Formats: sequence, structure tokens, C-alpha cells
Amino acid sequence: MKAKHQRLVLALVAVAAIIGAAFLAMSALKDTAALFRTPTEVAAGTVPTGKPLRLAGMVVPGSIQRDPDGVTIRFVLTDEGATAPVTFRGITPDLFKEGSGAVAEGKLGTDGVFVADNILAKHDERYMPPQMESAMKSEKDKPVTGGAGEARP
Amino acid sequence: MHIFANPNRFLGIARPLTPWLAWGGVLLVAVALASGLFLTPPERLQGESVRIMYVHVPAAWLGMGGWTGIAIASLMQLVWRHPLAAVAARAVAFPGALFTAICLVTGSIWGRPTWGTWWVWDGRLTSMLVLLFLYIAYIALADASSDKGGSSRVAAIFGLVGAINIPIIKYSVDWWNTLHQTASISLTKNTIDGSILWPLPIALIGFSLLFGAIVLMRMRALLAEARIEARLKRMADA
Repeated sequence: MKAKHQRLVLALVAVAAIIGAAFLAMSALKDTAALFRTPTEVAAGTVPTGKPLRLAGMVVPGSIQRDPDGVTIRFVLTDEGATAPVTFRGITPDLFKEGSGAVAEGKLGTDGVFVADNILAKHDERYMPPQMESAMKSEKDKPVTGGAGEARP
Repeated sequence: MHIFANPNRFLGIARPLTPWLAWGGVLLVAVALASGLFLTPPERLQGESVRIMYVHVPAAWLGMGGWTGIAIASLMQLVWRHPLAAVAARAVAFPGALFTAICLVTGSIWGRPTWGTWWVWDGRLTSMLVLLFLYIAYIALADASSDKGGSSRVAAIFGLVGAINIPIIKYSVDWWNTLHQTASISLTKNTIDGSILWPLPIALIGFSLLFGAIVLMRMRALLAEARIEARLKRMADA
């Protein structure tokens, strides 16, 4: 075996070992590196109450209610499996709207209502001009109504 | 690749190639940015802020591509002892760090109006910040050990090991739930409408040409530096 080949084998073995180690580390991080919890986890009771965390899902269409004071809103987040009610006092980002993704930062109350002190909007990977979406919507509305789309939590 | 083992032959090609890359890059970037600012429509939800994509995406691509280049050059240096590999890796580090920083800054500016936050510690943003730190560490390491002719093996090993972060950045949005959306463009799908997408490849090519020009200029500067050092040493010995 030439020295060149020896070095190549050594380098490849080292790289393979590093990839393996990183893969193990990443899969161990799977739960803790998650940015947010989901309504399904809340429903399953695995989300601790009273601890600061993030809850994310899609804002259920028609669920946003504004309190008389004008700054408190109530809405419901959903992923495919479950729903979770959220209240929030403050100003929401422009992209926060019914039918699109949102991340609520706050605490889960013992009554099961998530009290948010900050709202982030989540954008999906689809980018399209405004007139195209309205065209798609009118087309979509004809056969099916109120479809949540494939928006991901 | 071994035709470039002779630095003089490399310089003979790099010298005339540099202005072509630089001016071609400037031209394409200007065309792409002008198109992205004035010709493409706003996005349905984000409105005008989507236009920052034409800088953000190429910057992210080159930040990650830069380290991939460092890793390949490091492998060539360690295994085949290619004389120009170390110089190439060192030359890539600075523009790589620069584009990574541009990606982070434009992403932060983009995140404020769309997500409602400048920064969040999600998988994608954090791993990209780690890439910037890796670049800074690489530059410090390579510079600290450059007096031995610019071919430090420690820097090469670090360049190879650091490459593990690249797939982590790429797949962070799939492995973990993140605020950053999943990939819009892959080999099999594209979820960006054509009317918004078309300046992006032009910007990608343009910024890549600029990146190439910076790398060639820095390689020439590093080679010239090594030559000066060698000459000074000879004069001191004489």
C-alpha cells in the first residue's frame, strides 16, 4: 500500500467516524433541539404546565376572537391530530392570520389554555405572487370548501 | 488537478481569468438585483420583503459551498499533498465567512417583518451561526500556523471535521421543527412560483462568479506573500 493510499484510507475512516458520531448526537438531540411543542403533545399531556415553552401549529380558520379591550386575542392552534386554545395580549406579526402557521411563546396553564406573551408567524416554503393565490383559491373553493390545505404545523 | 501543481502555471491561468469572473459576476448580480427589485411581483403574504431572497439565498449557498470547498481542498492537502490545496482552502475561508455573515444579517432583517422576530434559536439559524464561528476559528487557526509555508495540517484537519456542520444545516429544517421553513427548491421539487423565482438563478451564478474572483485574487496574494517570505529568508541567509 502506498503512503498516499494509506492517508486516503485514514482520512475516509476518520470522516466516517465523525459522521457517525454526529449522527448519534443529532438523533439524541431530536427532542431537545425542537423549537416548539405541538397541540398533539399538549393533548397527550406530555407538555409541562407553567414552564416557558413554545407551541406551534396552524391557526384554525375562524377561531381568532378579539376581546373588547382590543389587544387580547384568543385563537386555536391545530396540527393534524389535535387542537389547543391560546390567548395572547399584544401585537401580532403581519403574517399571523387564520389558516397559516404560528408559533406562540408562553406558558401552558393548568386549565389547558396556552397563555402566550409573544407570537411568531411561520411561513411555509411556497412563494407565489398575490394574484396567483386568489386564482388558486377561487379554483379550490369550487369543488372543496374549507380545506386546511397541506399547510404544515 | 495536478496540472496546477506548478504555481506558475496556475498563475498563468488565474491572472487572466480573474477580471472575467469579477466583471461577469458584477454584471449578473446587477441584472439579478435590478430584476428582483423592479420586475418581480411581491409575494402573497410577505409582500415586498420577499425581495431580500435574491441576496439571502445566494449568500447561504456560498457560505455552505465555501466550507465544502475548504473540506475538499483539505482532503487533497492531507491525502495527495497537493501544493495549492492549502492555499485554496485559506483563500476560500474569508469570502465564505463574509457570505455566511451576509446570510445571517439578511435573514435577520427578513425575519423581523415576516416572522415577527430578529432571531430565534431554531436548528437552522443556530447551525448557520455555528458555521460563521467555524469560519472565524479556521481563519485564526490557518493564520496562526501560516509561517510554515501556509500548509498547516491542523487547519486542514479542522476544515475536514468542520464539514460535518454542512449536512446539519441542510437537514436541520427536516430533522427538527424549526421556525425557518423547509427547503423550497430541491432536485425534485420547486415551490417558488416562476414569476418570483427567475432572477434567483442569475443571482446565484453572479455571486458565485464574484466568489470565484475573490478566491483567485486571494490565492494570488497568498502565493505572492509566500514568495516574498522565501526571498527575504534567502536574503537574510546570504
